[in-house]
Amino acid sequence: MADAAIHGDEHHDERDFITRWFMSTNHKDIGILYLIAAALVGLISVIFTVYMRLELHEPGVQYMCLEGARFFATDELCTPNGHLWNVMITYHGVLMMFFVVIPALFGGFGNYFMPLQIGAPDMAFPRMNNLSFWLFIAGVALGVASLLAPGGNGQSGSGVGWVLYPPLSTSEGGYSMDLAIFAVHVSGASSILGAINIITTFLNMRAPGMTMFKVPLFAWSIFITAWLILLALPVLAGAITMLLMDRNFGTGFFQPGQGGDPILYQHILWFFGHPEVYIIILPGFGIISHVIATFSRKPVFGYLPMVWALIAIGVLGFVVWAHHMYTVGMSLSQQSYFMMATMVIAVPTGVKIFSWIATMWGGSIEFKAPMMWAFGFLFLFTVGGVTGVVLSQAGMDRLYHDTYYVVAHFHYVMSLGAIFCIFAGIYFYFGKMTGKKYPEWAGHVHFWMMFIGANLTFFPQHFLGRQGMPRRYIDYPEAFAYWNEISSYGAYLSFASFLFFLGVMFYSLLWGKKETEANYWNEYADTLEWTLPSPPPEHTFEILPKQEEWDRSHSH
Amino acid sequence: MAHEKNHDFHILAPSWLPLMAAVSGFIMLFGAVIWMSPNIENNHPWIFLVGLAGTLYVMFAWWAEMVKEGQNGVDHTPVVRIGLRTGFILFVMSEVMFFVAWFWAFFKNAMYPMGPDSPAIDGVWPPVGIETFDPFHLPLINTLILLCSGAACTWAHHALAHENNRKDMINGLLIAVLLGLIFTFFQGYEYSHATFGLGGSVYGGVFYMATGFHGFHVIVGTIFLFVCMMRAKAGHFTQEHHVGFEAAAWYWHFVDVVWLFLFAAVYIWGA
Repeated sequence: MADAAIHGDEHHDERDFITRWFMSTNHKDIGILYLIAAALVGLISVIFTVYMRLELHEPGVQYMCLEGARFFATDELCTPNGHLWNVMITYHGVLMMFFVVIPALFGGFGNYFMPLQIGAPDMAFPRMNNLSFWLFIAGVALGVASLLAPGGNGQSGSGVGWVLYPPLSTSEGGYSMDLAIFAVHVSGASSILGAINIITTFLNMRAPGMTMFKVPLFAWSIFITAWLILLALPVLAGAITMLLMDRNFGTGFFQPGQGGDPILYQHILWFFGHPEVYIIILPGFGIISHVIATFSRKPVFGYLPMVWALIAIGVLGFVVWAHHMYTVGMSLSQQSYFMMATMVIAVPTGVKIFSWIATMWGGSIEFKAPMMWAFGFLFLFTVGGVTGVVLSQAGMDRLYHDTYYVVAHFHYVMSLGAIFCIFAGIYFYFGKMTGKKYPEWAGHVHFWMMFIGANLTFFPQHFLGRQGMPRRYIDYPEAFAYWNEISSYGAYLSFASFLFFLGVMFYSLLWGKKETEANYWNEYADTLEWTLPSPPPEHTFEILPKQEEWDRSHSH
Repeated sequence: MAHEKNHDFHILAPSWLPLMAAVSGFIMLFGAVIWMSPNIENNHPWIFLVGLAGTLYVMFAWWAEMVKEGQNGVDHTPVVRIGLRTGFILFVMSEVMFFVAWFWAFFKNAMYPMGPDSPAIDGVWPPVGIETFDPFHLPLINTLILLCSGAACTWAHHALAHENNRKDMINGLLIAVLLGLIFTFFQGYEYSHATFGLGGSVYGGVFYMATGFHGFHVIVGTIFLFVCMMRAKAGHFTQEHHVGFEAAAWYWHFVDVVWLFLFAAVYIWGA
């Protein structure tokens, strides 16, 4: 590649380990740090889920005992330890929402590839970029401290659910809850600083000639995500500060006895919480667009509608929050409004799904590992989207509220949607980031294990929900045993696939073949990161890219 | 060509400050829990204070570094200055959204007050037994003080940007800072004469948290303006290049506007 000669330099990296990884002001290194940290926290969070599925494997409580947590069923007496169960569901949710998916997609891929795609030499505020990363680590540390600190029921950890609803969260004993609140505060500050950085970079540092509607879709998706973070997370900070005040200083925001109202918390939380759902999935949309275009050997179908769909999803995300709380006693007109608004979101989402399908239509499709994950994403996200339309009906939601149907729905869109995007991104960009190749067969094995495992885990949960099994319970009657057992087997398989994935990553990093090409896919991977050597040098685009290096579009 | 910068963006050297900020922040917040939780037997502020000291040090060192970068005539090119301004406007937007949460709590309670039959909306606002402040007494004076302070700040900005008159700029900032201090003093005076506390009725929580967070922003803004004044005295800022001062002015106006909403909603309408 002639371009590689322009943007790569043969300069040897002189930074020592400490300088490079602890004092970094380099967007690519910070992106890698984010990905590694998110993978570690993800491993913890996944272990929690497997332990939960182990407990739900059969009726009765065999593992989470007051006599001590067990990993093998024994004949000894076991008194159910509901607090341990609640702690598991809480930290699984908090970690996944705040400390795994946002850092991986927004922090990791966003940091690494958004500046490259727009031809920027780094982020707008490189030092603050590292502050975002280390504050995220401080948040993780506070979260782990919270897990170990004295909590409710005389045990450690908080068992209030990731939404931290009062009155449970305001009456939970110990100080674990306070640490959890601060963990979310710090992670929020980290994300807000990151969002400021991303938006400024996007607005101020695009390559010469790159007008807004020539920006690649992944950079667009990160930009929209940054707006959602910027506008939604401060509201959450306010809500959890109220929790903190109620717990420690006797205010009555959520205390009916003092004239307060716990429903207020739900409103403010979900005003953040629904945009949060899109914060999690939008960067994934961006990755999938590039993966599908590359492996269909066609430019992405309908670039402009794709951008406007991202914008529409971002805007609509702010006006649908109360569909999470149909059952709290809102008036019928309120429920009707939130129902209609929610269903409207299916339109821009549909634009995206159909555009991806249209991109593949007539293309010569290559079934490489990233494309497999993108296929998986399309299927699973559509299933989750369809159950989402079902749940948006306030009347139907009366039946499904807080059942496993909801659990299945949001795991299809998030655990499967967002996580499949992360894996698609990792396989797509692994060679670019590390300069090593992964074994193609391993990517396929990982995909099929995860695809089968995840469907086996979550599809039966639709049936459980329709049978009426409530979520967040440690035990269940015999009637629910059949599908729970299958669901647990699925979880074990998914967990095995995750361990296999970590193995593949270690193997490829240590012993993988060298990736020598700048663009190791094909000419339809045509954004600026593919003009750089793999891995890119410490400083990229020291000479800003020229328009002919990236502008292959005719006009928009 | 390696390692020659051929663009106007700012590439920074590696720095310890972000990691130190995170460590200090962790210590400070962990210490805050140890200090304030009613569920801990020996509350003490020491861990918190250690973390606070670290955090303050990092803030000082970081901004000192930025001032140096701004003054060295190399790093903060016009395009970097656009970025800094954009970044600061975005920060103010996130602050606005933070106040949305507190106004939400206020309007919810003022419009749908809960009474003894909660969750029925059978209460009144302000709640029974709460004696609110007369808005046209001290709060009105404070409104005028803050608006005057904002005007003084704008005067300072005009003096610099349009007339390059450093003396007027410093005088304007001095007036703005002093008025800010008087506002804070009056606010403290008002708090000390309140008939309701932070705990108890929901009114106290809503009132003190909304006005208290505003008051905290006033203090931050006053310090920000004071720093700008000292920088102006030290010869910083030119007619074209004064991002730090612009940011302080924007911040101060933001604080003004939040107060106007507080005054109209919480003090007048909510009484």
